[in-house]
Amino acid sequence: MKRLSFVGILFITLLLSCSTEDDVNGGGGDQSGFDRKVLLENVADNIAIPAYENLAARLNSLQSSTTAFTTTVSVENLTSLRTSWKQAYVSWQAISFLEIGKAEEISFRNFMNVYPVTVADIEANISSGSYDLSLVSKQDEQGFAAIDYLLNGIGTTDEEVVAVFNEPTTGANYRQYLTDVVARMVQLTDVVVSDWKGAYRDNFVNNSGSSATSSFDKLVNDYLFHYEKHLRAGKIGIPAGAFNNVPLEDRVEAYYDGEFSKTLFLANLNAMQDFFNGKHFDAATNGESFKTYLEYLNRNDLSTLINDQFDIIRLESAELDDNFSAQVRTNNTLMLQTFDNLQANVVLLKVDMLSAFSVSVDFIDADGD
Amino acid sequence: MNHTLKSYFSKDTEAAPLAVFRIFFGFMMLISIIRFWSYGWIDKLYVKPKFFFSFYGFEFVKPIGEYTYLIFVLCALASIGVAVGYKYRLSIVLFFLSFTYIELMDKTTYLNHYYFISVLSFVMIFLPASAYFSVDAKLKGRSYQRIPAWTIDSIKLLLAIVYFYAGLAKLNSDWLLNAMPLKIWLPSKYDLPFLGSVLQKEWVHYFFSYSGAIYDLIIPFLLFYKRTRWVAFIAVVIFHTLTRVLFPIGMFPFIMTISVLVFFEAKLHHKILHSIAMVFRITKERFDSGQILHYNHQQPLLWFLALFFIIQLALPFRYLLYPGELFWTEEGYRFSWRVMLIEKAGYASFKIVNGKTGTSFLVDNTDFLSAFQEKQMATQPDFILEYAHFLKQHFESQGHQNVEVYVDSYVALNGRLSTRFIDPTVDLGKQKESFKHKTWIIPFKDEIKGL
Repeated sequence: MKRLSFVGILFITLLLSCSTEDDVNGGGGDQSGFDRKVLLENVADNIAIPAYENLAARLNSLQSSTTAFTTTVSVENLTSLRTSWKQAYVSWQAISFLEIGKAEEISFRNFMNVYPVTVADIEANISSGSYDLSLVSKQDEQGFAAIDYLLNGIGTTDEEVVAVFNEPTTGANYRQYLTDVVARMVQLTDVVVSDWKGAYRDNFVNNSGSSATSSFDKLVNDYLFHYEKHLRAGKIGIPAGAFNNVPLEDRVEAYYDGEFSKTLFLANLNAMQDFFNGKHFDAATNGESFKTYLEYLNRNDLSTLINDQFDIIRLESAELDDNFSAQVRTNNTLMLQTFDNLQANVVLLKVDMLSAFSVSVDFIDADGD
Repeated sequence: MNHTLKSYFSKDTEAAPLAVFRIFFGFMMLISIIRFWSYGWIDKLYVKPKFFFSFYGFEFVKPIGEYTYLIFVLCALASIGVAVGYKYRLSIVLFFLSFTYIELMDKTTYLNHYYFISVLSFVMIFLPASAYFSVDAKLKGRSYQRIPAWTIDSIKLLLAIVYFYAGLAKLNSDWLLNAMPLKIWLPSKYDLPFLGSVLQKEWVHYFFSYSGAIYDLIIPFLLFYKRTRWVAFIAVVIFHTLTRVLFPIGMFPFIMTISVLVFFEAKLHHKILHSIAMVFRITKERFDSGQILHYNHQQPLLWFLALFFIIQLALPFRYLLYPGELFWTEEGYRFSWRVMLIEKAGYASFKIVNGKTGTSFLVDNTDFLSAFQEKQMATQPDFILEYAHFLKQHFESQGHQNVEVYVDSYVALNGRLSTRFIDPTVDLGKQKESFKHKTWIIPFKDEIKGL
């Protein structure tokens, strides 16, 4: 009997030592199971870093165009500034969902792209000339949407916009505000990019365990959060009035531009699907992804359904007007239909995929049965 | 028969096992409360949320804001009282009440383990757990070394019910034929050293499923017989250690492991008490009076406990009174020792409709519920109904007219594709909560055979 209990205790000690080791670091790298580490490497090296680098490059062009415009305020420079802004805005959609690591720490998404902006506050900042854009309360006074207002919202024609920036007394403040807003976006992006290219990449990849704080769990949760809150609700649901009874045409992305909201939506939709499939940024190659993980778990049925649903969303949203404001005004039913299509994938992603991965929804760390 | 019963109920036994049980129970409860508090769960689960899900009939039991901490303080003090056996009867009653109050505050946090603690502490109210080796015995100067045998046996019976019923619940086609949900849960623990790669193999999922079911079914018997007791105890330790490693189940494995010590003979417990006495410089001998405790009114108490155990045995089968698949509807699921049995995930999106004009809008659940509450709500019809009622009230108080509440909900069970869960055409605002079958649950599309 004594010997038996000794063996028992030995066994327990062994198991317990295993479990404590687990808390320190995820093992990863075993051949027989699905290696989440390879998936994380794919995300880091082939998606996150190149997409962020691309965003940084686009923002640098935006900054150059801004300098050119503020130096010589002209309709011609305004047009090329708008082009730079659009390109940067599209490149933002490719990676906006990855609110993890440094991006999460500095609330990257909220400082880059909160819309609608509060025009009165922006104007107050400009006329006073004193503002601290790093304040959380100033999130709706900066970013892509603030530039949208400055380039498209302060006048109805190009000449009017140019006139505001050229106004002898107040023009300088407008030019300064534009410069500051762009500079802040460049600076924030640099922080995120240099972190990814520095220590964070390895931290991210090596945190390949299965705890609630592991990279994979966070990644899945961040992905779902973005899909539900920012793609489904932010870009479509809220303007369509899904949450408030009435359509709200001024809640669309790039509201002042008018013709760009659909482009941004589709860019983000594609990025979400590409990420699901592990598609390398700006390349035709696919790596380990949610899709291949589902396939490893013998859930090809599910990965196919999810991809099919993404295709349905894209196909049916092709009918939408380039200008979502016009869309909700003229035929909101179509907008609501897009919302329903997006919603159908929330179920597949959040219920079926999450359950198949056995990943728990964010921040639940209470005991289970 | 009558004679056998009579002689059984007049049999006495050593009080030491019950004393040890009392000490360990109180101590484990104290640790559990401290742990719960230190993780910030009181704040997160009972203070922060704006809305709490009530058990039917216990709607008046709610957290009391910041004062909720006081309930935990009371519970902790009571568990110390239980452990040392000071004013034992008062302590255990307070423990039972405060602990049960905590569990009733929000059914989001319902766990079979918590229910087990409530039931166990209720039974302990009627047991002479402070007769021996307790502050009470010392203060009164009267220690009983022997107590009626049925008192300790009632704890054994309760433990046996928990195990055996947990085993019975596993006798279904999902568990045995498909190794579900272990087939989902185990591979996700791929990063465990040594075990991680083994857990990927399908035969391991089946092995764990079958050994888990067999373990639950036979462990009470193995513990009961002296010859198999040590082997059983080793199995208990291995089983609970494994569950601790694999699943986030908190203190429960430790509590169960310590609890089954009650099956052992008094010799072991005297050793344990001796060690405790050494550490705390207690004269154990002063309690070794050789006196036998007799209940003054044993007969009515026995009838009462008999009724209690009959209810315990019957309650898990109440699901038979409901139509439909139990794992899907969860009607009669709780309070039945169905532990770690199903993998269920859901999504519920509520629509508030003006019944007259037809205009509608969707609810953002995160405005009202924590992530944990939302997760629990989405898969359980009684939660969905209660939340729908809350939403109706909330939006009416905001001035909305003719409020109707509809839900668009999907649930995935044990690896099946998600399907619609609640009838989206039913105005949940008009449905009443009751113990009757909820007709607006869309029947399960598949079939799960077994208990």
